[in-house]
Amino acid sequence: MTGKLDLDPALVARARELARRAGQPVVDLARSHTTVSVERAVLRLAGVTGADPDGIPWVNRLVDAVVADVGLGHGVAAAVFDALAREQITDVTLLAQKAAAGSVRFRQPVGKEATAARRAARRAVAAGIRRIDRRRAERERLIKRYGDPAQRPWIYLIVATGDIYEDIPQAQAAARAGADVIAVIRSTGQSLLDYVPEGATREGFAGTYATQENFRLMREALDASSRELGRYVRLTNYASGLCMPEMATLAGLERLDMMLNDSMYGILFRDINPIRTFVDQRFSRQVHARAGIIINTGEDNYLTTADAVEEAHTVTVSQLLNEFFAHEAGLADWQLGLGHAFEINPDVPESLRLELAHALLARELFPDAPLKWMPPTKHMTGDVFRGNLLDGFFNLVGTMTGQGILLVGMMTEAVVTPWLSDRDIALQNVRYVLGAAGGLHEDFVPAPGGFIQQRAHRVLAEAVRLLERIGEQSLLTAIAEGAFGIMKRPPDRGKGLDGVARHEDDYWNPATEILEGARA
Amino acid sequence: MTGAVEKKIVRPYGDTTGDGMVQLSFTLPVPHDKRAEGAAIQLAGKMGIDPAMLVHAKQIGDGYTFFVVYGRVNHLVDVSAVQVVERDYPLLSAKEVNALVKQKLRRKLSVVGACIGTDAHTVGIDAILNVKGIAGEKGLEYYRELKVTNLGAQVSVPELVEAARVEKADAVLVSQVVTQRDAHLHNTREMSAAFREAMPAGKRPLLIVGGPRFDETMAEELGVDRIFGRGTTPGEVASYLVHALITNRRARA
Repeated sequence: MTGKLDLDPALVARARELARRAGQPVVDLARSHTTVSVERAVLRLAGVTGADPDGIPWVNRLVDAVVADVGLGHGVAAAVFDALAREQITDVTLLAQKAAAGSVRFRQPVGKEATAARRAARRAVAAGIRRIDRRRAERERLIKRYGDPAQRPWIYLIVATGDIYEDIPQAQAAARAGADVIAVIRSTGQSLLDYVPEGATREGFAGTYATQENFRLMREALDASSRELGRYVRLTNYASGLCMPEMATLAGLERLDMMLNDSMYGILFRDINPIRTFVDQRFSRQVHARAGIIINTGEDNYLTTADAVEEAHTVTVSQLLNEFFAHEAGLADWQLGLGHAFEINPDVPESLRLELAHALLARELFPDAPLKWMPPTKHMTGDVFRGNLLDGFFNLVGTMTGQGILLVGMMTEAVVTPWLSDRDIALQNVRYVLGAAGGLHEDFVPAPGGFIQQRAHRVLAEAVRLLERIGEQSLLTAIAEGAFGIMKRPPDRGKGLDGVARHEDDYWNPATEILEGARA
Repeated sequence: MTGAVEKKIVRPYGDTTGDGMVQLSFTLPVPHDKRAEGAAIQLAGKMGIDPAMLVHAKQIGDGYTFFVVYGRVNHLVDVSAVQVVERDYPLLSAKEVNALVKQKLRRKLSVVGACIGTDAHTVGIDAILNVKGIAGEKGLEYYRELKVTNLGAQVSVPELVEAARVEKADAVLVSQVVTQRDAHLHNTREMSAAFREAMPAGKRPLLIVGGPRFDETMAEELGVDRIFGRGTTPGEVASYLVHALITNRRARA
């Protein structure tokens, strides 16, 4: 602990213990269930690629066929590799095509056949994981060659035209203008698609579809930019929604560097079934851990629905839960881009000091995590001049409190999707503040017992109280009863529930086995 | 409607009445040089700014330049001739919607939403209903006093009618994106007919359809109470619900 807030270490330890207690039943739940998306991710690792003429991926067709014959609860890997042996073919995609045509039946193998099927499945999935390992090693090599950004926070910029071939020059221009991290916003509603679209895409709603080919094209373009600029430019996308495990897998295979991945966002904001979310989340985080991907959590979203002063402690609670789930899934501290945001109403007296207190609290609670600092959105209006000033203060708080990743705020937030000039003005704002005050965090030590310290203590105390309440009833009940935001999300409702199954006694997943085996 | 209003001419105001001063910023797809600056002044001139003062020019990337221009416009504005299309219901904040439902309805207002027919595009209904919302505005789930049931995609009309009955729906929201062979119109007619058949006039929920290709004036023809087109926000829908079901209830019957 760096100790600028004089936090009580016993209280901090208690907060972590309460988060662990609240989260553990959810982990147990995740360990005893699987989902169609987890199983599809396993088959993607095993080499199933491509889509049918209607654009439905072969992994979907294959998992659906297996589920129709033997159900989901055994895990599909053994049944798929058993069928492969019986059909005497080696190409899993070909098997998926045959299964879709109805010419293959599946069974749950037993005895020697089960052993053989598992051996073959494990070999195929291990090859997929080795590809992820190679991409990680490649990233490490490129970072060594080109270097990390010269400054912290890293500057994170969004592109979102809907057309990957428009996104690419925009992303490269943004990198040239100083962006260290490029995020490609997904098309509206992709999170609720129960399949991953295929191929390069040129149309989307307020964003670009996340596909493996789009990932590959953008990574290739940013590798060229990294070479040109002499610093490694990172790429971000979304492991959220119904296909979270597959997104994580594709990100690992295509060397994406960061993924948005929150433990509760889909439940609260997209009404995705809680069990589906927690199962998918655990698997996706295990893949992220292996791939060396930094996750970005979504606490900023709470503050867009709730009051940023009154509900500040819910951010802290969510950060602690996200940290617990992330550690449990094998992520290291350097991979935890825990989120928070500059969303206090600027008309509130002392709003800047409150923001400093909240941002510093996150910094001190998670000293080794590269915190993701999100710009104002809720109180941005069409008044672009005021918006630019607000973004300047946001940048200032970011540098004074040592945030790791700074999402660049746009003065035209709530007006238009950013124009070229908006992005340029926004980056100018960031460069000015980082240039003028980049070292100010060294001098910024809040007065002992003063406003900022008191505020931080209060938020932490409120967070502990909320965690105590959650602990009394379990996290699932708390979510069902609306403890976060105001949304009530019972575990037997929500989208994607029909793609969840409890493990049968013989449930087997070679990917989980390998990913968990890798952990010391 | 504004015939009696006295003619009133105004010009933009910088620091003196009638000076006509405006500020303007834009980007041209050219690198920054003397010619680019001349092009910016030419554009400003064509927009009626004369004289135009180019106060700032900065190159962005390889081939673009950002300009800020101040200057006097020669246009006059006749305030009395301004035509305003008024929305036929007031736009309310989430707080106002909640307060009105609580005070006047004294129970939660039940909303059932779905994509009907084969349409699997839930983008529209989710933008309106999901807490996530659209364009920075929260969806109807966010409203404390609304009880939202989102049935999702590919819901059959009988299922929708049944769900509306079970949830005692005050309003039914249907989203239609696919328009091949006028599917959105057929589906909507089928839906409104089914509700007419299943429930007596006084008990029928308010029927609302939305989608990017609807003509907002076709409500009567399709047998629904309201049509919302492209760009509708959750706040508009919530405000309309309060208007139609609470504040202007009698007018509807």
